[in-house]
Amino acid sequence: MIKTVYSKGKLVAKTGNEVMAEAMRQIEPDVVAAYPITPATEIVQIFSQFVADGVVKSKYVAVESEHSAMSATIAASAAGARAMTGTSSQGLCLMWEMLYIASGLRLPIVMAEVNRAISAPINIHGDQSDTMGARDSGWIQIYSENSQEAYDNMIQAIKIAEKAKLPVMVTTDGFIISHCMEVVELYPDQDVKIFIGDYKPGRYLLDTKRPYTLGSIDLQDYYFEHRYQLAQAMRDAKDIILEVAKDFEQAFGRKYDMYEKYQLDDADVAIVIIGSAAGTAKVVVNELRSKGIKAGLLKIRVFRPFPTEQIVRDLAHVKAIAVMDRADSCSGGFAPLYSDVVSSLYSAGVVTPKVENYVYGLGGREINTEHIAQIYDNLGKIVSGLQKSSNQVEYVNVRIK
Amino acid sequence: MKKEESRKLTAQELPVGDIVEASTAVEFHTGSWRSQRPVWDSNKCIHCLVCWISCPDNSIKITSDEKKITVVTGIDYDHCKGCGICANECPVKIKAITMQQETK
Repeated sequence: MIKTVYSKGKLVAKTGNEVMAEAMRQIEPDVVAAYPITPATEIVQIFSQFVADGVVKSKYVAVESEHSAMSATIAASAAGARAMTGTSSQGLCLMWEMLYIASGLRLPIVMAEVNRAISAPINIHGDQSDTMGARDSGWIQIYSENSQEAYDNMIQAIKIAEKAKLPVMVTTDGFIISHCMEVVELYPDQDVKIFIGDYKPGRYLLDTKRPYTLGSIDLQDYYFEHRYQLAQAMRDAKDIILEVAKDFEQAFGRKYDMYEKYQLDDADVAIVIIGSAAGTAKVVVNELRSKGIKAGLLKIRVFRPFPTEQIVRDLAHVKAIAVMDRADSCSGGFAPLYSDVVSSLYSAGVVTPKVENYVYGLGGREINTEHIAQIYDNLGKIVSGLQKSSNQVEYVNVRIK
Repeated sequence: MKKEESRKLTAQELPVGDIVEASTAVEFHTGSWRSQRPVWDSNKCIHCLVCWISCPDNSIKITSDEKKITVVTGIDYDHCKGCGICANECPVKIKAITMQQETK
């Protein structure tokens, strides 16, 4: 249950999409270019209504596809505007080449993204395959467990993007968060505007006094240096994200980090997870703790940049870890989050925890407390030697045989 | 072609995000690409400026004479790629520009 933590905050009942639109209203970017797609449609639909009603001064560009949506957002950002968009699933796929151009040109675009499965087979429900596919695109990725986090993340994303000169996508799980109404604390418009401040781009294309060329061809002699800059910017963004989180806590009272630890410090068994299912897993952790089982949880908030060094410190003591991916990489090996967790541990010389990989919830498949309790049970058996550690991806709640 | 600067910028020195300062194309001497060279004959030229307006590389050099009339003064061989458009567009009776094989 969400409670007010900010003296001037107001509790309202809203869906995930509605609060993301509210955040965009308060941010009031110069330009929003978007094309609607389920389950993210309402975000830009509501925002376009704000524009039509004169509630915001933003320019809304109704485009003919997501490729054009991202292209127009890039153009607006390059021109010097604070620019935003929103999409999901196939829409993100259609933006693909432009995602890399947004990050390569180092444009601080913020996108509201609602996680949805990717076709085929066609499916509109929640899983994280869409943004996991974009994990190497040079975009900062911030995931949200609930609507409150989605709202808070959107506000922080503006500051992060503009400080890091990197685009940011803030995500919610399709339908589970995007369409479920829950109580959210909103902050006054003016306080949000003060927090994000005015956007003052260092260089922008409409600055006729300092003309420059943007996006020119870059071959063997300079391309690599520019790609290094991007990779380094992503590493440097870790400090920026923490700094913005600190400012946010000072301003509004809610504490954020790269990830959230839940009963983790003394845990023997732990789940690493992203998004709304973390809420379900916390219920299981509480149940297990009441039985004296040292269960814990680590919920990734920022997946890109990945908190490589930090995560090792908080997981090294755990005896068995289940990394739960709501996306499969079809790599023949393991799923995305698992690969990052294990390489972080191994590269730091931490090889004692048994680390399992569970893929769950594809296409909106149910993940409930029984499923998660079973995973903790498996981890317990691995710790006590009753069950062997698996060397392959395990699937939750899918009919195989 | 002009010799490249001996040291290239590092990732830390480069402007962030594929930004290139304006008007740097002038430093790129594309004249080395030429297989044929336009040769301009000042005695035949009527200064109609058709070559100047047609040149895709801004390589026809012009100036204002004492009567403030714009006149052709020659060809910028640092940037002329030898496409031959100027020779082709030069009024047929005049043929003040002819293409000759580069010999270097």
